[in-house]
Amino acid sequence: MSEPLLNVAHLRIEFNTRRGTLVAVDDISFDVMPGEVFGVVGESGAGKSLTGQAIIGLLEPPGRIAAGEIRLDGRRIDNLPYGQMRRLRGRQIGMIFQDPLTSLNPLYTVGRQLVETIQTHTSMNHEEARRRAVALLEDVGIPAADKRIDHYPHQFSGGMRQRVVIALALCANPRLVIADEPTTALDVSIQAQIILLLKQLCEQYDTAVILITHDMGVIAEISDRVAVMYAGRIVEIGGVREVVKNARHPYARGLMGAIPSLHRRVEKLNQIDGSMPRLTEIPSGCAFHPRCPQAFERCRRERPDLVRVGESQVACWLYGRTS
Amino acid sequence: MPAFIIRRLAQSVFVMLVVAMVAFLMFNYVGDPVHQMVGIETSMQEREALREALGLNDPPLVQFARFVGHAVQGKFGLSYQYKRPVAELFEERLPATLELSLVAALFSLVIGIPMGVYTGLHRSGFLSRIFMTFSLIGISLPTFLIGILLIFVFAVILGWLPSYGRGEVVAIGGWTTGLLTISGLKALIMPAITLGMFQLTLIMRLIRSEMLEVLRTDYIKFARARGLTDRAINFGHALKNTLVPVITITGLQIGSIIAFAIITETVFQWPGMGLLFLQAIHNVDIPIMSAYLILVAFFFVVINLIVDILYYVVDPRLRVDMGKAGGHG
Amino acid sequence: MGKPASLQAVHIPLHRRAIDALRRAADGDVFYSFIHSPVTVAATAVTLLIILSAVLAPWIAPQDPFDMASLDLMDAHTPPSWMADGNPKYLLGTDDQGRDVLSTILYGSRISLEVGFLSVIFSMVLGVGLGIVSGYAGGWLDAVIMRIAEIQISFPAILIALLTDGILRTVIPEARAEELALTVLIFSIGISGWVQYARTVRSSTMVERNREYVQAARVIGIHPVKIMLRHILPNVMGPVLVIATIHLAVAIITEATLSFLGVGVPPTEPSLGTLIRIGNDYLFSGEWWITIFPSAALAILVLAVNLLGDWMRDALNPKLR
Repeated sequence: MSEPLLNVAHLRIEFNTRRGTLVAVDDISFDVMPGEVFGVVGESGAGKSLTGQAIIGLLEPPGRIAAGEIRLDGRRIDNLPYGQMRRLRGRQIGMIFQDPLTSLNPLYTVGRQLVETIQTHTSMNHEEARRRAVALLEDVGIPAADKRIDHYPHQFSGGMRQRVVIALALCANPRLVIADEPTTALDVSIQAQIILLLKQLCEQYDTAVILITHDMGVIAEISDRVAVMYAGRIVEIGGVREVVKNARHPYARGLMGAIPSLHRRVEKLNQIDGSMPRLTEIPSGCAFHPRCPQAFERCRRERPDLVRVGESQVACWLYGRTS
Repeated sequence: MPAFIIRRLAQSVFVMLVVAMVAFLMFNYVGDPVHQMVGIETSMQEREALREALGLNDPPLVQFARFVGHAVQGKFGLSYQYKRPVAELFEERLPATLELSLVAALFSLVIGIPMGVYTGLHRSGFLSRIFMTFSLIGISLPTFLIGILLIFVFAVILGWLPSYGRGEVVAIGGWTTGLLTISGLKALIMPAITLGMFQLTLIMRLIRSEMLEVLRTDYIKFARARGLTDRAINFGHALKNTLVPVITITGLQIGSIIAFAIITETVFQWPGMGLLFLQAIHNVDIPIMSAYLILVAFFFVVINLIVDILYYVVDPRLRVDMGKAGGHG
Repeated sequence: MGKPASLQAVHIPLHRRAIDALRRAADGDVFYSFIHSPVTVAATAVTLLIILSAVLAPWIAPQDPFDMASLDLMDAHTPPSWMADGNPKYLLGTDDQGRDVLSTILYGSRISLEVGFLSVIFSMVLGVGLGIVSGYAGGWLDAVIMRIAEIQISFPAILIALLTDGILRTVIPEARAEELALTVLIFSIGISGWVQYARTVRSSTMVERNREYVQAARVIGIHPVKIMLRHILPNVMGPVLVIATIHLAVAIITEATLSFLGVGVPPTEPSLGTLIRIGNDYLFSGEWWITIFPSAALAILVLAVNLLGDWMRDALNPKLR
């Protein structure tokens, strides 16, 4: 087995507010292998996006990394000085945001934004950078790229804009791309195209992807492995087929039940009652226990750690003794 | 030309007509124009003849049309005080006011924009707090007080700068300028600062709040995630996006500067339009008042139009023929 | 729910609802943020102090500057008491007519505040009234009012005030000019500031007018305008109060400016602006105290009111922050 590209160990993200310290991400650990697509799935507020922001070093105050380490190629990056971290962004780690309509500066042509980013990370002159920009736009499937390069963002449709955003995130050939809900803001008809494009490009460029989404269907489509987050914690992590077909954590099972499928006959959609707790009132023990149909006494008292169950790792006392 | 500029143009014409109406009502019905033009010994018949000659017995609408027609040609009648054509008086005074206003506007932009950018980027820095306090004082001090305080310090106590007038001026064609002589420049310093101070603080606060707003947007976050330098983000991406509201306010402020010039010119006895207007108010010199009203409105309308055109230049979203946008992915 | 409940709300008297609103404000974050902003507390204290001393001027001023009998021309141009030629009787010195500067400031801020408050009230009544009419009636009336507002707002308030003042002065007969000067001034400043009130109130009115209770009240024959007044006033009180506070600072500045330009308060009963104008003539002969002290008083007053307004805007209207 090769060395992981990214290693996140015991990451904890806190917010200092007037009402005290809130723990938004609580002791999570995972690896991302070179070239793999790693899905992170969970409801909004589960801490997925914050994890992504922490990796690329763009947590916004008052959010901060309170504990843990983040390593890229074995080198610690969570405590790098600002200037070094900046050079890492775009060059080593790229990021794609949710809303392509607001991700592009409306006052500059897409070409200008591409050339600027390419020139920030390489020693190319303007002509070379522009040629590369056109090539990138062609790669992401924009027709007549040599003309479109001089257009402004508002002249592109939503799907086309997200293609431009992907080109921008990939233009310095980063080794890891964090895609934070890359298709949520798009029309359903376009979502699949963008997801497949992302998958195909990352294979072509040998770029690993952390795909953050609340949509298990998207994860099932292109991920290699997936981590399920709930209330700031990882409750299950494993190969995507394993988790989709054979989810072990009751919450994960509920999520999988929510994937509509044409191939699988769904007996009944497992509906999880209630909603995720607010950060101010995370329950003791396993955070999921108040909603869990199978909860028992230990779940209320003690927090379960991830343990190996079959091919996956699960944080649930149902599997505590069987490992 | 885009439709919105045409619409603005129509609106401008409407505003000018309304203002002209006010000026016309003032000119014709406040006091008696004939009374102002003749001596006490003029007989009733002579007055009535003059009345007829001036067209004051025509229907109001005809008179208004005539008034507008004259105004367009720059004919505003004779000043009661000076017994000279108002247009002539304005011509003499205009350079002084425009020079002062222009320098004041430049001063407020050149100092105000960097201060606004700085306080926007370093929100809680020590210097930012000083700037913000300074700006609140700037907003709280009436223009005339700033002028008095400057005179007190730099003219009375230190004796460095002249406290009134334009200094030596040079005539170039019909234009007199104080920008080419040392004494003219020295005389300009305090009035320009006085006039520009309020706009400076306004521009600074505006840029600051706009910067704070823009720095929160997704495209700035995305620019950071691409590893662009702070310089490129702050000045290339953020500052340019603050420009649209800044242009609006600056445009309005340049208009205000012309109005506030009345106060500054009074404090410094600056021989411009504002001083002329204020003397006209004191002496009930209606032709000057109504002409000034029209002229100021005209400046405002022109500035507003320029602002609209600038939008068009800065923001590509307004510029583009939407028909060309296409391509669904 | 239904008619009875919604109609009941109509009949709660205005003042009761206002008190309730204030009580709610005092319980919540507003009071908290007030106590925790020392600058605001200080600004409030200064504002109240100035208002109080202005109101009490006849009792606390060392001298009645308008009582010719009490003036001694021999005492004219006395510097402040701590200076070489100072007289302990006149703390801040005297002006050209031997009037005690401290006393003229106390009486002057009385006039400044009076004009300021009355113009703000005038603007407020006019603006709120036009706002309700505009929002409720809609149609051409709304269009006309809003178009006028749009035109007016593109000109600086001080220019509108100056022009109105200038025109009115030419209209009123000279004999009554002095006695009407204050009225003219208040009208001019008031007319220059109604737009913001009207815009705020108009948008609230447009929201309220389609509410059920308005329809219901109309069915049983209560005049809609009456309902609008009763319901909208409490709703818009917060924003209107914020506008009024910031407007007060502007009105005081406008009054001072007009008086300084010699088209405001007559010198017989001077405001702070008039005092500064009078004193300005003596600045060059070294008698700086005649103008500098009233200037300082004006600056402190406006600064304090502005700070208060800034805080209110932040506390009562988080959207603007």
